[in-house]
Amino acid sequence: MPEQNSNKNEWPLWEVFIRSKAGLDHKHAGSLHAIDAQMAIENARDVYTRRMEGVSIWVVESKHVHASDPDSSGAMFDPANDKIYRHPTFYDLPDELTHM
Amino acid sequence: MTVRDFQQAFDEKIDREIAIEPRDWMPDNYRKTLIRQISQHAHSEIVGMLPEGNWITRAPSLRRKAVLLAKVQDEAGHGLYLYSAAETLGITRDEMYEQLHTGKAKYSSIFNYPTTSWADMGAIGWLVDGAAIMNQVALCRTSYGPYARAMVRICKEESFHQRQGYEILLQMSKGTEIQRKMVQDSINRWWWPSLMMFGPSDDNSPNTEQSMRWRVKRFTNDELRQRFVDVTVEQCNILGMKLPDPDLKWNEERGHYDFGEINWEEFWNVVNGNGPCNKERLEARTKAWENGQWVRDAALAYSEKRKQRAKSDTKAA
Ligand SMILES: [Fe+2]
Ligand SMILES: [Fe+2]
Repeated sequence: MPEQNSNKNEWPLWEVFIRSKAGLDHKHAGSLHAIDAQMAIENARDVYTRRMEGVSIWVVESKHVHASDPDSSGAMFDPANDKIYRHPTFYDLPDELTHM
Repeated sequence: MTVRDFQQAFDEKIDREIAIEPRDWMPDNYRKTLIRQISQHAHSEIVGMLPEGNWITRAPSLRRKAVLLAKVQDEAGHGLYLYSAAETLGITRDEMYEQLHTGKAKYSSIFNYPTTSWADMGAIGWLVDGAAIMNQVALCRTSYGPYARAMVRICKEESFHQRQGYEILLQMSKGTEIQRKMVQDSINRWWWPSLMMFGPSDDNSPNTEQSMRWRVKRFTNDELRQRFVDVTVEQCNILGMKLPDPDLKWNEERGHYDFGEINWEEFWNVVNGNGPCNKERLEARTKAWENGQWVRDAALAYSEKRKQRAKSDTKAA
């Protein structure tokens, strides 16, 4: 997350995650400013769920989010590329074989 | 990697329609252009609440009042989505407010016109939100990820804005002679400023080419303006009203409506601060911000107190 040129009076920034319905994951919806977690949840309700977009809200202060470095994403995700045997289509099996 | 490598990787992403995300390398000017465009867009949503807020207490029925309140609340939400998208580029919320309140930043000129009758709530929803939608739908595919995502969310909410406005006009247009006159008068006042919302014509818009190259913009001002005219003419016919342009007529060859010349002198006048309500809008906005200071101070003090209490409670335990 980008470091805020912090202004003392500016309320902290929070990232908002919303579960759109029971059974689904919480998904990042956006961010907002609030003085504390309780206010962040209340504001997230008003800003991001005015049309029943959610049944549950998580908020995390943005400064607590640690992210991978986009400039090294090549090296970071490369190992997954050359292990195609992790995919079911890698295996050559007879067509008659079913339920597999 | 050198700056040239970064630039090349960036250009490739743009060409391959891969979104640029906050922590990706981007040219300084791309960042600056986006900060300016997104924050102006955010300011427009926020200032845009004022002309409509003017009519909330005087809405003609409880239904209309509830709808207008919900619409204005949505516009506040749009401002907030956009401010937080701009913040991902490294500008703070307070810096943006400061730019708005000191008049350094621009917002859409349309909001510097007065709302003098209830029919204006209809015309704004239909024409002003209609023009905004035309613009915003195109921006859903803009190259900067957070901006595009904010636009998708906004577009989902906008369609009710336009429909409620059109419904107001439709109902009035079936009303008394005076009500029909109010509708026509309102359309007369809002039509041209709505066309101006798309910005200067392409030959007077020096930044368009670069913005198109960066895929920040997907269509030019004139393309979007033409599209808006084309869809709006028929909607106006259904209302049984006239658009105030004697030059408006279907051009078979082009497959588009021709329309009259926009009064660019008026456009630049309002952009440069001399519209009918520029001063009033900024004053109202600044006053709202300043009068809210004690609330922000109180919230801060309260949270400090709670933190202190939590600390002394753990000590005592
Ligand atoms: Fe909006
Ligand atoms: Fe709107």
